[in-house]
Amino acid sequence: MSTVTTVPPSTFGIPALRTEDPRFLRGEGRYLENVQIEGSLRAVFVRSIFPHAELSKVEGLDEARSMPGVVAVYTAGDLDIRAQPPAGNVEAPGGELDQPFDREALARDRLRFVGEPFAVVIAETWGQAQDAAELVWASADPLDAVTDAEQAAGDGAPLLFPAIGTNVAHRFEHDWERDVLAGADVVVEGRFVNQRLAPVPMEADGIAVVPEEDGYTVWVSTQVPFDVRNDLAELLGVDRQQVRAIAPDVGGGFGAKIPVYPEYLVVAKAAKLLGRPVRWFETRSESMLGLWHGRAQVQHVQIGARRDGTVVGMRVDIVADMGAYPLGAFLPATTGEMLAGVYRIPTIAYRGRSVVTNTTPVGAYRGAGRPEATACVERAMDMLAQELAIDPVEIRRKNLIPADAFPFTTATEMTYDSGDHAESLDRALELAGYEGLRKEQRARRERADPLLLGIGVSTYVEITSFSSKEFARVDVEDDGRVSVYVGTSSHGQGHETAFAQLASGVLGVAIEDVRVIHSDTALVERGEGTWGSRSLQAGGSSVATRAGEVADGGRMLAAELLEVDPADLEGPRDGGFRVTGAPDRVISWTELAATAKDRGSPLSAEGVYREPGSTFPFGAHVAVVEVDRETGSVDLIRHVAVDDCGRILNPALVRGQQHGGIAQGIAQALFEEVVYDEVGNPVTGTLATYLMPSAADLPTFETANTETLTDVNPLGAKGIGESGSIGSTPAVQNAVVDALSHLGVRHVDLPCSPERVRASIAEGS
Amino acid sequence: MEISVTMNGTARTADVEPRMLLAHVIREEFGLTGTHVGCDTTSCGACTVLLDGSPVKSCTMFGVQADGHEVTTVEGLAGADGLHPVQVAFQEEHGLQCGYCTPGMMLVGAALLERNPDPTDDDIRWAISGNICRCTGYMNIVKAIQTAAKAKAAAPAAATA
Repeated sequence: MSTVTTVPPSTFGIPALRTEDPRFLRGEGRYLENVQIEGSLRAVFVRSIFPHAELSKVEGLDEARSMPGVVAVYTAGDLDIRAQPPAGNVEAPGGELDQPFDREALARDRLRFVGEPFAVVIAETWGQAQDAAELVWASADPLDAVTDAEQAAGDGAPLLFPAIGTNVAHRFEHDWERDVLAGADVVVEGRFVNQRLAPVPMEADGIAVVPEEDGYTVWVSTQVPFDVRNDLAELLGVDRQQVRAIAPDVGGGFGAKIPVYPEYLVVAKAAKLLGRPVRWFETRSESMLGLWHGRAQVQHVQIGARRDGTVVGMRVDIVADMGAYPLGAFLPATTGEMLAGVYRIPTIAYRGRSVVTNTTPVGAYRGAGRPEATACVERAMDMLAQELAIDPVEIRRKNLIPADAFPFTTATEMTYDSGDHAESLDRALELAGYEGLRKEQRARRERADPLLLGIGVSTYVEITSFSSKEFARVDVEDDGRVSVYVGTSSHGQGHETAFAQLASGVLGVAIEDVRVIHSDTALVERGEGTWGSRSLQAGGSSVATRAGEVADGGRMLAAELLEVDPADLEGPRDGGFRVTGAPDRVISWTELAATAKDRGSPLSAEGVYREPGSTFPFGAHVAVVEVDRETGSVDLIRHVAVDDCGRILNPALVRGQQHGGIAQGIAQALFEEVVYDEVGNPVTGTLATYLMPSAADLPTFETANTETLTDVNPLGAKGIGESGSIGSTPAVQNAVVDALSHLGVRHVDLPCSPERVRASIAEGS
Repeated sequence: MEISVTMNGTARTADVEPRMLLAHVIREEFGLTGTHVGCDTTSCGACTVLLDGSPVKSCTMFGVQADGHEVTTVEGLAGADGLHPVQVAFQEEHGLQCGYCTPGMMLVGAALLERNPDPTDDDIRWAISGNICRCTGYMNIVKAIQTAAKAKAAAPAAATA
């Protein structure tokens, strides 16, 4: 082949309007509950009100069965569903955990958290199912519960799985025995709580399973329709091809729609047994208990440095709360791997324990292990700076990995592909007007202003795509339009636009002439779904590669039909190819498609693109807060973010991801926390008690980008989906501590609520 | 109970259970599924509609309470001559991602501009503070409502359609 098509540079940097928007603007989004299914039954789950109990009997079944409209009431013994292995559909580090921390789809003998389902009612209407479900209850003997992971890891704690004999589901360590603090002039240490959060996609979770003549159609609000298909096919005893899983428009996920939830299995089994469509859509109150939570780590940190601020080593002991079932054991391992942050720290020792507790299971939530690492090292750097009386910016500069050191392998054995951390830091400081802010801070302190000014800096690096692979197929249709089939699953990110933009650039057609098909296992051959900020770099690289192959095939055919050498052709652009220097000798995709079809070899290419490595997006955030010394309330008045996600395809979509991530990161820093009371009852089970920020709680963000390309994929792109939530939290937390540092405060735990701030002031002074 | 509602400008009737929430009446009886349900505590605003021009959370009213009133949902936002300026601006400013909160946000924005055609950013943030968005961080929603205000000011005739 004379030329190999790549993505033209003019494709990048264009803020194309979203092609998916028109349906949403008109209220025509096809969310799960908007899918009409004839004759569908409704499932309502009966859930544990006990944090921990032995379940002796499920009562009220006959009463429930006799209620109007009720078709079936099932408990564990009725359904014969194989217990899910501890990691579920999510791969644990080093494979599955070696102990059977299995989860029954409906609890059988033991209830391990409030919200765990132990029975399901299936009725003609939701109201009927709800009414009947209220008659079903658990006859159970309450057991002591443990909701604190550090306690759960200790001796004498109540055991969730007595047969296993420990609540520690997984352990790992790296250089733990090594003396990493040798040579330090100063060592600071802290205990940091990275609190439990609820992901709260605005559309809650749900599934509808429709038995068909030869298989099942499944509508499900998921990030990974192929995983759901595979697990349900196995459960239902049919071939994968007999299950068509469709994720229609999905109203957000943020990681919480990655698992194949036990409720999916129950609904599918019920549909099979009853031979009728069954659907389930959780209420928000259910969702707050059932959808997995995120973060939930406690970190014990020691960091040592020489007098000039050069870090010599760090030691981190991680206790990760897994909730009742250890689905998220991969999270603290990621935290450990990313602990070096953006610094040349010569030695790092870490270990982790993943511990089960009587709480909702914990899994991936926007950042998934990386925000915990960043918060840890960024807080530690600030504590060190405070101890050494060095400016937080200076201590960072002293330890940053230099731009000429990439690829760079950290003390935790991660190899960062590319980066220029000093550049993003400089840019953020310039945007923030750092020196001026410090001057203002000094002035306020001198005049004893009751509104304390705090300036927080974080420099971060994260990991995206995790060397993943993705399928794509690109076809030129009879009318010259292009169809793109891709295995990622957009749930708000704008993939339809991004992939149309890529195919449009490569094939020289208008964006509106590209149709993107995803999240339907009958239409797309295979796919990995969307997680780990991977969709553009893995899915997009796949789309671009296949589009390039189609362009190459089209060029050969065009050359033949126009009787010229392929090298003498321009394009594809404006919908076809033209002969250089002969503007009237053109051939369109429509004509090429017709000929290709006649010859029995349509213009189509498909395949799986495998990314050879991970990429490491990075950036710097500066937060400015005002803290009311009397009330402890924190007002975030500015937030500056400079994020580097490699080459930018669509700046509008990138900006949107930055904004959303920043908001969630600020929410962790200042507002949100899932709380259990002392006996294990959740007290943040609704949106009235779980404090998600509104527009009135957040400032206008000041965002920018640097573009440091990667050579890991042909687009030069890194992920942007999670950066905002990784970089912002420590910047805001550091800003709060910075505001109080002259009062002797060294640390304030997350979220930096008025109570915690006031308590810190009282302790510090 | 039989109710009569002017739904997006058209007189409609429905026979509804007294316990049925307006959100469910809109979705199930009138088949308008652009009104979404996002919580069960009146916290998120995904179900926001306009009742006689003012934003209400339709999960916090019974359907029967809408009897004799005008209800506007997202499906009624566009006029005969095309999308409402707020709808246009939400696309232009990338004011939506997953789209689930978008109908409520746009209706609140449209209602705000009716009573305050030239709002400050703070006015907008306050107006939409009863509506939660998990995707956008609100910034582009604020910008979209500002853009819509400017578009309306530039073409007042079209905006009243």
